[in-house]
Amino acid sequence: MSAGAQMGPVTAAELPSSLPRPEGELERLEAVWKGPRGWRIVSEVNNTIIGYFYIAAAFLFFLLAGVLGLLIRLQLAAPGNDFLSQETYNQIFTMHGTVMMFLFAVPAVEAVGILLLPQMLGARDLPFPRLGAFAFWAYFVGGSVFFCTLFFGVAPSGGWFMYPPLTGARFSPGVGADWWLLGIGFIEISAIAGAIEIIVGVLRTRAPGMTLARMPIFAWTMLIFAGMIVFAFPAVILATILLELERAFDWPFFIAERGGDPLLWQHLFWFFGHPEVYIIFLPAAGMVSMIVPTMAGTPLVGYRLIVVALIAVGFFSFGLWVHHMFTTGIPARSLGFFSAASMAVAIPSGIQVFAWIATIAAGRLRLTVASLFVIGFLLIFTLGGLTGVMVAMVPFDRQAHDTYFVVAHLHYVLFGGMVFPLFAAIYYWTPAFSTRPLSERLGRWAFGLIFAGFNIAFLPMHLTGLIGMPRRVYTYPAGMGWDGLNLVSTIGAFILATGILVFLIDVISNMRLTGERGAGDIWRAGTLEWLPNHAYATRSIPRVRGREPLWQQPGLAGHVEAGAYYLPGTATGARETIVTSPIEAEPQYVMRLSRPGYAHLCAALFTAAFFLLLTVKAVMLAATCGVLAVASILVWMWNSDPPSAGDVDIGGGIVLPTYASGSISHSWWATIILLLVAAALYLSYLFGYLYLWTVGPEGWPRQTDLPSAVSAWVSLATLGASGALLAGARFVLGRDALRPGLVASLLIAGGAALAGALFIDVAGHWRSGLRPQSSGYTAMVYANAALQAQMAAAVLVTALFAVARLLAHRLDRNRRAVFDVLMLLWLYTLGQAAFGLLLTHGFPRLVAQT
Amino acid sequence: MTVRGRRLAAIFILAALPGWAPQSALAPAGDEAERIALLSWILFVGATAILLIVIAALALAIHGAEPVRRVIGSEGAIRWGGIVFPSVVLTLLLGYGLWLMREAIAAQTTPALRIAVTGEQWWWRVDYQRDGAAPVREANEIRIPVGREIDFALRSNDVIHSFWVPSLGGKLDMIPGRTNTLRLKAERPGMYRGQCAEYCGGPHALMALEIVAVPEAEFQAWLAAADARNELAEPKVAAGEKLFLSAGCGACHAVRGTQAAGMVGPDLSRVGGRRFLAAATLRNTAENLAGFITDPQVAKPGALMPPFEIFTSEEMDALTAYLGSLR
Repeated sequence: MSAGAQMGPVTAAELPSSLPRPEGELERLEAVWKGPRGWRIVSEVNNTIIGYFYIAAAFLFFLLAGVLGLLIRLQLAAPGNDFLSQETYNQIFTMHGTVMMFLFAVPAVEAVGILLLPQMLGARDLPFPRLGAFAFWAYFVGGSVFFCTLFFGVAPSGGWFMYPPLTGARFSPGVGADWWLLGIGFIEISAIAGAIEIIVGVLRTRAPGMTLARMPIFAWTMLIFAGMIVFAFPAVILATILLELERAFDWPFFIAERGGDPLLWQHLFWFFGHPEVYIIFLPAAGMVSMIVPTMAGTPLVGYRLIVVALIAVGFFSFGLWVHHMFTTGIPARSLGFFSAASMAVAIPSGIQVFAWIATIAAGRLRLTVASLFVIGFLLIFTLGGLTGVMVAMVPFDRQAHDTYFVVAHLHYVLFGGMVFPLFAAIYYWTPAFSTRPLSERLGRWAFGLIFAGFNIAFLPMHLTGLIGMPRRVYTYPAGMGWDGLNLVSTIGAFILATGILVFLIDVISNMRLTGERGAGDIWRAGTLEWLPNHAYATRSIPRVRGREPLWQQPGLAGHVEAGAYYLPGTATGARETIVTSPIEAEPQYVMRLSRPGYAHLCAALFTAAFFLLLTVKAVMLAATCGVLAVASILVWMWNSDPPSAGDVDIGGGIVLPTYASGSISHSWWATIILLLVAAALYLSYLFGYLYLWTVGPEGWPRQTDLPSAVSAWVSLATLGASGALLAGARFVLGRDALRPGLVASLLIAGGAALAGALFIDVAGHWRSGLRPQSSGYTAMVYANAALQAQMAAAVLVTALFAVARLLAHRLDRNRRAVFDVLMLLWLYTLGQAAFGLLLTHGFPRLVAQT
Repeated sequence: MTVRGRRLAAIFILAALPGWAPQSALAPAGDEAERIALLSWILFVGATAILLIVIAALALAIHGAEPVRRVIGSEGAIRWGGIVFPSVVLTLLLGYGLWLMREAIAAQTTPALRIAVTGEQWWWRVDYQRDGAAPVREANEIRIPVGREIDFALRSNDVIHSFWVPSLGGKLDMIPGRTNTLRLKAERPGMYRGQCAEYCGGPHALMALEIVAVPEAEFQAWLAAADARNELAEPKVAAGEKLFLSAGCGACHAVRGTQAAGMVGPDLSRVGGRRFLAAATLRNTAENLAGFITDPQVAKPGALMPPFEIFTSEEMDALTAYLGSLR
């Protein structure tokens, strides 16, 4: 507080809403936000409740995967041990990595974001509460079933990285690999849903006055985190689609003797997999950047440097994927580039480490449990970063790669870089949500045991690896010098587990979560999540004038709680939040939020059932669930996009509309982000297509074998017709006189043209004798068709939905968000389809031998 | 040096001893491995120093005197500690790393003895290329001449494996559809253990190999002796060969000079001379051999060889005597 520039006290005249507030206003606000009780709480969509569910589920998977880690350590405690069988061990280490990465780490930080962001940004909730709830339920159901495969001995055993050909149909004929591909692919979709929610939330629902330059670092990290998910996850989703197509239909993307290449998987996987590390680490770093200033009692030193560093990490992390492939025989020249990039990414981390140390020095650090976990994080993460620089050196990596050295390194980076901050965060933020803080005494024990146990378990592994022990071995012979080191690691792992147990005891005895006010601002923190908190978040939404408003605006908490700031009640009788401009955070309109319901829950359950049943090849049942899932989503969407409720006064003389369309609306932003996901998916495909050509151009067709260009031209013309019909529909919708029948007919005709165009193209390839099973090239041609069909299906469903709304008079020239979304989706699909035609017909002609 | 420091030093010195850790990257016996071991020590010392600096800065930030804390607590400290210092160190390191790689690339241009090694689930197929003669087939134990550059041509017939003999150099993956070439040299005669370093399913843990480095003359004599027909002096050995052929072993395994020409499993032409069986998993004794033939799943669960429980103990005696005589 000492260094925070305080502003003078605010006079009553400067407050946007006059005091005292009218009677009944608070009661109405409470009534609107009152959540369902008892078992009906599953229908709740409020970010606080979903955040609790989400964190609890992620932590459950952390414990389960942790138990798997202990089983691994038991097996390796002695040479030649037969505690676990080979197949069981292989399944367990695969599941340990997969569950930790996909079911714990990413969901856990996403969960913390969903819980904290609205409060921290001064919003009442995130902009798409049901999408957040959908993402949670899909993840929880899908993840639970996926984990349970272990109990039936059918879990995947190909490693969390799933390299083909080992995971192809020939070498992994069982369903284990399919569980991984469909289960994890599905959970990634849920992560993307959460990411869209977070991006729109951070950019569009900040409190008035919270410019980007005043945004808490945690929100910055969540924004970059979500942006990275948007670009990184599609790569692995594409990889899983291709591998599943290969396994199910024998399309040889990864089979070398038929013109595929196993390394294609590695490129796609690590193009996701390396950013994934930073996706996990950045939000954790963001948590540290929130905790350190509070515990040191001074604003963060180097805020701008940290923001630049975070953005730099986001960019750099996409240029490093090959450092997971230094031993695959890639030419030394390219290795040099990736080695340099891998080292460069250490600099932004260095900036952050020194910024935290500087902040500690600038203030006076209180040695709370949260501080201890931050100190533990700093030490462990620094060491992990240093070994990271080592493995970025190509010659060193050629010894260390795929040994226990890397196991040590990745646990220092991930456990040190993410789990320690997460524990710090739990100790730090619990008072904001629980009526009691966690115990500082038990917390110290937990920290001591976890810190000591972690280092005893993982420090020796550096040496174990360098003296020759490879990763992923279920046993090892005596006499290799590995016995003693492994035993020490096992003992350390159990000390670590004891620490986790102490933490659990602390949670059980002290954590009393509430939807209402928690223990409050016991650390004297500076950011908005420490304002008095209720189901509706804060009573009124403050105007923010600095980075630490609670430090710089004296009396803020009292004024906010009294309702002296914006939107002190409900303006339209619905759950609401203020949508603000993305950079300056000036109020733009009042958005009405959805209330608890069951449609999104059914959608999540049926989507999960669709993927899971598909895995066990129950095709009919799966298809039924797929249809039900789409139906549930349509039911869910039917009541969204309510008509305008007129303009409302939020206080301070600001009158805002309650409806927005076009590029200002939150749905437009979400659609654009969704299209970025689609584009990233297609770019990954484009990479794969061109990559297979560079690897084996001899498998590409000769000039004489190419299909005639006629079908491509006809297809392109039909796409054009589809676009013209869409433009016609837009024109008619914009006229004064509403003619829903005509708009609907144009949309249906346009949709039919889109489907027809794709059909013409596929039929052209098929008639020319091309079969997807023949080679890597032909498989890629049909994969293009599959990706286009996927987008076209989304367009068609949305078009029919729009038609239904037109006919039900829920869509017109003013209330047109559904149409705007459809149009964006449609235009993108036309563009991608046209590009696909150009690629699959043009590129082979360009490179074909005569 | 503190007691703890001394103990740590002792461990690192132990790690450098091949006797204590026979598969250690810190006990180099080839120039490539030596370069990397030197780099490793530089990295360890540097990393320890940097870690100590960070710990000191953190301790001073918490407990230091006011003037010290004012220096550490400034944006300038972030720029120097977080940007300038790592940039300089990393640039130097990168230069060193690239220089090491350049040296390794230049070495590729000089001619060398070529040995093809193919990864199989879960063993190593070895072929010595010879001018004007059929290649000499071996498996799991690779004999090389001391002091000569060897180009290992690495391939795979099934899944991805990785060829790694830490005492001689870094690893290189064996990927279906590609040939990766790894150049290694052994400076001293000796046995160098290696192990598959890319998870290849099932008994990946039991896919090891041994490189036996011998003087050039001994190596040439060994290679030349490949075509010599084994003497079947002892009747037991002769009976063993008959059994080997009649029981169908030759469908999967080859023994040069006999009708056994199977290519599915490891070549057994000189199996008796190897130190280990089942890809450096079992010591090569008659007892282990008999056990492995009877049920390979006991010693190596997941191995693709079917069990042969058909032999009487006399027959097994003869069979192991025959296989042991193949040198």
